[in-house]
Formats: sequence, C-alpha cells, structure tokens
Amino acid sequence: MRILYLLIPMALGVVGVALWGFLWAVRTGQFDDLEGSAHRILMDDDDPRIPHYRAEAKEDKSLSE
Amino acid sequence: MPVVPEAIAPEPPATAETACFHCGLPVPAGTRYATVIDDQRQPMCCHGCEAVAEAIVAAGLTDFYRHRTAPSHRAEDLIPKQLRGLALYDRPDLQKSFVRAESEHIREAALILEGIVCAACVWLNERHVGRLPGVLEFRVNYSTHRARLRWDERQIKLSDILIAIAAIGYIAHPFDPNRQEALQKRERAVALRRLAVAGLGSMQVMMLAVGLYAGEYQGMEEWIRELLRWTCLILTVPVVTYSAQSFYRAAWRDLRRRQLGMDVPVALAIVAAFAASVWYTGKGGGEVYYDSVTMFVFFLLTGRFLEMTARHRAAQISEALVRMLPAIATRLNAADEEEIVPIAELAPGDRVLVRPGETIPADGSVIEGASSVDESLLTGESQPVPRQRGAALIGGAVNVDSPLVMRVEKVGADTVLSAISRLLDRAQSEKPRLALLADRIAGGFVAALLAVAAVVLAAWWSLSDFDTAFRVTLSVLVVSCPCALSLATPTAMVAATGALTRLGVLTTRGHALETLAQATHVIFDKTGTLTFGRPRVAAVETVGGLETRRGLALAAALERGSEHPVGRALVEAAGESIPSATDIRNTPGNGIEGWIEGRRYRIGRPEFVAALSQTAATERDDLDAASTWVALGDETRLLAWFRLTDALRPDAAIAVAALRARGLTVELLSGDRPDAVTHTAREAGIATATGGMSPQDKLERLRALQQRGTVVAMVGDGVNDAPVLAAAQVSLAMGNGTQLAHASADMILLSERLEHLVDGVDMARRTLTITRENFAWAIGYNLIALPLAAGGWLTPWMSAIGMSFSSLLVVVNALRLRRL
Repeated sequence: MRILYLLIPMALGVVGVALWGFLWAVRTGQFDDLEGSAHRILMDDDDPRIPHYRAEAKEDKSLSE
Repeated sequence: MPVVPEAIAPEPPATAETACFHCGLPVPAGTRYATVIDDQRQPMCCHGCEAVAEAIVAAGLTDFYRHRTAPSHRAEDLIPKQLRGLALYDRPDLQKSFVRAESEHIREAALILEGIVCAACVWLNERHVGRLPGVLEFRVNYSTHRARLRWDERQIKLSDILIAIAAIGYIAHPFDPNRQEALQKRERAVALRRLAVAGLGSMQVMMLAVGLYAGEYQGMEEWIRELLRWTCLILTVPVVTYSAQSFYRAAWRDLRRRQLGMDVPVALAIVAAFAASVWYTGKGGGEVYYDSVTMFVFFLLTGRFLEMTARHRAAQISEALVRMLPAIATRLNAADEEEIVPIAELAPGDRVLVRPGETIPADGSVIEGASSVDESLLTGESQPVPRQRGAALIGGAVNVDSPLVMRVEKVGADTVLSAISRLLDRAQSEKPRLALLADRIAGGFVAALLAVAAVVLAAWWSLSDFDTAFRVTLSVLVVSCPCALSLATPTAMVAATGALTRLGVLTTRGHALETLAQATHVIFDKTGTLTFGRPRVAAVETVGGLETRRGLALAAALERGSEHPVGRALVEAAGESIPSATDIRNTPGNGIEGWIEGRRYRIGRPEFVAALSQTAATERDDLDAASTWVALGDETRLLAWFRLTDALRPDAAIAVAALRARGLTVELLSGDRPDAVTHTAREAGIATATGGMSPQDKLERLRALQQRGTVVAMVGDGVNDAPVLAAAQVSLAMGNGTQLAHASADMILLSERLEHLVDGVDMARRTLTITRENFAWAIGYNLIALPLAAGGWLTPWMSAIGMSFSSLLVVVNALRLRRL
C-alpha cells in the first residue's frame, strides 16, 4: 500500500491541472454565454449532401467571386 | 387579382385564419404581402415583415425559418430618416464613447440587439453580418442579447453594419459597457472560480472520505488513515479559506449590524467544523468533518451562483433599456452652422434644430418653423398637437411634420421630464417594505436555530463528553442549514423568468412574479398599450366612382415623404404601386399638395382640400371620437375620405377576456379624451374605463384601489405612466414604451403581445404554487431532521447529504417551471 504515497500526490496534481483548466476557461470568457453554444452547434447550415444546399452554396460562391 | 378595398375596412380581429409567416401576428384580411420562401409562398402581415423576409431569402439564409423556435418580432418599416440617423454613429466624436480602437484600422464595439427571440436569431445575425466584407468578427451572446463586433474601418462603416442588421429585422444599438457591467463580470468570474475550487475540492475530499469511512468498519493501518486525513486537510484549506470567503464576509456584516442573517450559522458551522477537524488531525485521533465542510460550501455556493445569475440578468436588461442611445442634439451656432452635441452640453439660450421624427432634447419654445409634436409620451394625448412660433415645447416630445428651430429654456434637472422622473424616484422609494419583512423572518429563524444548537450542545455535554456534544451540535447546524429555504424562491424565480424571457416577457424585479400572482386588478393604459399607439387606415370612402385602390395610391404618393404618422399609415395601407408625385408642398397643420401624372391633388384637412377645387368644405358628421378623417381631392372635386384610427391590438380583446376568466378585474385609465377611451374600452371588452386623467389622477385612483386592499397590476407605456407604474404593486410595460417606462416597470412585454401578459399571469401563479411547495418541503424537512440530529442519530456527513438532498429536491421542483 506504500504506492499511496505516490498515487495521492499524483491525484492532487491532476486536480490542480483540472482546476487550472477551469480557471483558464473562466478567464477566456467561455462561461459568458451558457445557452448560445448549445444551440449554435445544431445549426450546420452548409451541409453539401443536401441537394437544396448545394444550389445555395454555389450561389454563395458565385456571389463572393 | 388582389383586392385591397375591403381589406382596409375595420381592422380585423385576431380571428383572421392566416398568421404572418415572419412574425406570427394575424394577417389583416385582404392584404397581399407575401414572400417566396423555400419555393412556397408565405403570407406576410405588412411591408416591414415582407422586406425583412425578402432580405433573408436573398442572403440565402432561409434556414433561419426552419431552425427558429419562436416567431420573430414584427418588423417595422425603416424610414430613410432613421437610417440617416444611423450614419451619426460614424462620427469619430460620437464613437469615442463606445468604440475601442484595437489597432490603426481595426475597431471594436459592443452592441445591444433588439428582437432576438430564439437561438436561430443568433445564427441569422452572425451569418448575415459575418459575411459583410470588412467585418472581422461578430459574436452574439444569446443569454444577454449583446454582440461583440470587430471591423476594419477601411472596408466598411459602422452605419452600414447597423443598416445590414436592420435589413433582417433586428435593431442594433451601440452601447458603452460601463463600470457597473464590468463589476458584474468580475463578480461572476470570482463566483465561478470559488465554485470551481469548492466543487473540485469537495469531490476529492468525498472520495478520500469514503476510504476513511470504510476504514472505520474494516480496520485501516494507522499511517494510511493519517495520510488520508492530511490529504483531506490540504484539499479543504483552499475551500475554507478561498471559496467560503463570501459567507464569512456576509456573516460579519450581519453581526456588525447586530442582525442575524442566513450566513451566520453557515459561517459558524464551517469554521467550527474545520477548526475541530484540524485539531483532531494534528492530535491524531477523534473525528474529522472535511467531507461535510467542503460539500456544504459547494452546495451553498451553487445556490448562490444561480441566484446571482438571475440578479445580473435582471440588472443588465433594465440597464440596456435606459442607456440604449447616446443622447445627442443638433445645435446651431452663431453662424447658423449645425453641430452635433451631447444633450448634457446644451445650455439655456442655445438654438437647436429638431428634424421631423427627432425627439425634442430639452424644454423650450419655437423660434422658427411650425409643426406638430407628439406629446403622447408625456400627456397621453394620442393626436399630435400643432406648435407655432413662440409655443412652448416639452423635452421628450417627438417632432412630427417639419423641422423646427427651438430656443432651449430649461435643461437637466429643471425640465418637465426630470420632474416626472423625480416623482418616479419617490414612488419607487416607497417599495422595499416586503424585503425588510423577509429579512426579519430569516433573522428569527436563524436566532431560533442558534438557540437550539446551544441547548443541544449544553445538554449533550452534560450527558456525555465534549466530542459527542460537538458532533451532534455540528449535525444540527448543518442539517438545519436554511439552504433549501433560501434556494426555494430564487430558483423558482430563475426558472420562471427564463421561460418567460423566451416568450418575450422580461422580468426586471425580483418581486414581480410573486406580486403578479396575487394581483386582483389589472389596469391598462390606452395609447400604445391596448392600441398600437399610432394611427392606421380603418376605412376608405371614395366619392364619384374612384377606385379605392387608386384613391389609396394617390394618397400614398402625396404622403410618401411625410414623417407624419397619418402619412405613414396611408403609405403602409397602399402597399406597392404608388405613383410618383412631384412638386410636393407641405402645409403643416393642413395637409400636402402635389402633382401626380399631370394633375394637382391635395390631401389633408377638409377645408384645405376643398380650397383647391373652390368648393364648400364638407365636414364629416359621423365623426367618432377615436378616429381622424383625412380628405383627398383634386382641382375639380373631392375624391375620397380616409378614416384613420389608432387601432386596438388584435389580441387585446382575447387577452382581456382571458384575464377576466382568471378572476381579475380589468380597468382602463387613460389621459386621452373620454369618448375615445370609452370607445376603446367597448372594443376591448373592458367595463370600467376613465379618460382624461392626468398622471396625478391616475395615481389617486390607484391609491384608492390599493386602500381597499387590492393588488394592482398596471400595464402601461410612456413616461406619463412612470409614476403610476412605480406606485402599482406590480407594473408591466410594452416593449415599445419609452426608456424611462422600461426602467421603472417590473416586467416588460418585449413581444408587444398582450396574450403574453396572460401567460405571464399563469406563470406567476405557477411560480407561487411551486415556491409554496418548496417552502413547505424545506420547513417540513427541518421539522423532521432537526429532532433527529439533536437526538444524536445523525452524523455530520449524513446531515450534509440530507441537507443537499433537500436542496436538490427544491431545485428540481423549481426547474419544472422552465417548461411553459
């Protein structure tokens, strides 16, 4: 069981890393909008497999060119 | 072939079968606005919605309609003047207050977006604006409806971006994120950090605690036990010293004020449990409570965090509405040159140019020009009042027909507007008795709790040793933590407020829902609340066989350039195919003359129109109080009559009926002419209506009702209502109301749909029920758990679990409110 002398400090280290990660996320504003991102990911609008979009995507391209 | 004529006949009630595809409002029968979306012709209710839908289709963003979960706001026609107003934002002196220069050409600004109802709106805005050349970044925050915009000023102007946003039906206002907002952001970040430390700490400690408990039963080598305890201590130190700081501070503040708040027993339990644990860890025996302490702190912080989020959001909303536009005025200097200055810089004696559609910046008098001004915000009078040279102008009124030059006489605190706002301040300061009551009850509860804990400690100490007595007392303090009690209300409020916000009903005060649920009376204001607040064409009567559509088209051609509400109503009613008119001359107060297809026409007051054909003016004898008649004629005769009326909102009657079905007494108080008020009341189905009331009269009527013990909900719009709104137990403002009304109202109907008022009442009543359930649970739980803990049957960790289970139940129950 002496391994605990190694494992427990390691666990503390992991906690430290997790905490640092979380604080970093807070600092970079990732908790500013908790609702928007959940919706944003659902709207992928330019899926080229849907025929309807292909036409639109082409239009877009021709517009930007 | 489309038919307009009958169309315009009385504003159809909400029974119309078709709803506007864009905004969901009923389509007035006979109008023919439509847009082809995804190969399907979709009906539109007005020109504004149609234009917006077309812009969305043209940008290839029709997915918006598939993704959105709520109908959009009704799009108002943007008048060219407003668009020109946006160009003001390009001025460097004005930009100073809200634009940050990132590098030489990169600019950054914060915007408030009006009209965001669902996540699809965010998507639409980000896609549409993000595609503009020169826009580097455009991110919309769905929770706060604010956006961060970065752009390259060499490629695009700020006003062009704002116009692009307007084209898809949203309104963007630049705003200056001020100190209070920065403060909130910091508070939130600190709270999140504390929560994270407590969360991670409590999880680790709990894991080790399981080992310790298992060791108690199965036996554990001494050195392992020591190791685990010391590790727990290390993990608990940051939780107790950093995360729990806010509790110590609040408890200390309470004690210094000789009060007992919820935080006193909390701080006591944390400090005592931690001190005892450290002592026993050092001594190498006895019981440790690290798990209870960290869990306790974590759960309490979670509750506080939820509450803080709700509070911040409420503050942001009301603040956004007050400080939406930088207040500016056009001042004329000695050489008659125009200069744009902030209103704060105006001084008595300054000459100010007020263009049609602009707001009069200060009190003063007309020195050049003649126009009519809309004082409906101040007096409730729905028709614009003529103002000639020398006439007095009130700051806050809107200039309607033609440019005016005014001399500023009173500024700042001396103006009528600030007098009203002082009245409002006073009315608001009469409120917070309810909050004091809640504090007293909490204080009593905590005092009783501390007394019980002291008795328990003394009793156990005398019966057995100090260790046991301490353990039992700690269980009592933890188990009876008024956590569920303090979570009961805020969580229910957050959930209900969130659900209502999605509907477009904003709650800006904590007490609003509670009071609304108990309301017995609903008092409506008329102009802008039950009605649209601006005239619409209600009927067209042609003389001598002129086609109705032609009549409207001629009228619209003359009125096209007009800013007068009557003119805009005619243009809106005519739709497309308006012929072009030349040589247009505006005679303020009388009407407009112009040439169309080689003939001279006049529109306006009957005498003015009759003067052109030199016939006798005919007066309308069927003049009803709520409407205005406008005549159209050419050089030979009178051609048509248009009846314009400030139409009732289509859902007004439904909403009033629904409110009455819920047992509420509905009343109408208005500053408008009594006959007009009676007319509106009859249409909306309101039995009690009083017109011609000054703000003071309204306030007295309200007080009289309140003295009879009724709870009054006031639904209003406009500055003149503000004192009345504040004096009512709960107040609601329509979203298009003035900024001041927003700031003083407890709830805001951003959707401008009266039906949502009914939803608000329903939601408020459900919230009250759930809050009561939560209270019943929290008190019942304490009644059972406290004797158990005092009897020594509970260990501190059981207490902590019991307490958190109780809180969790309360939270889950409250979250049921998220569904409408």
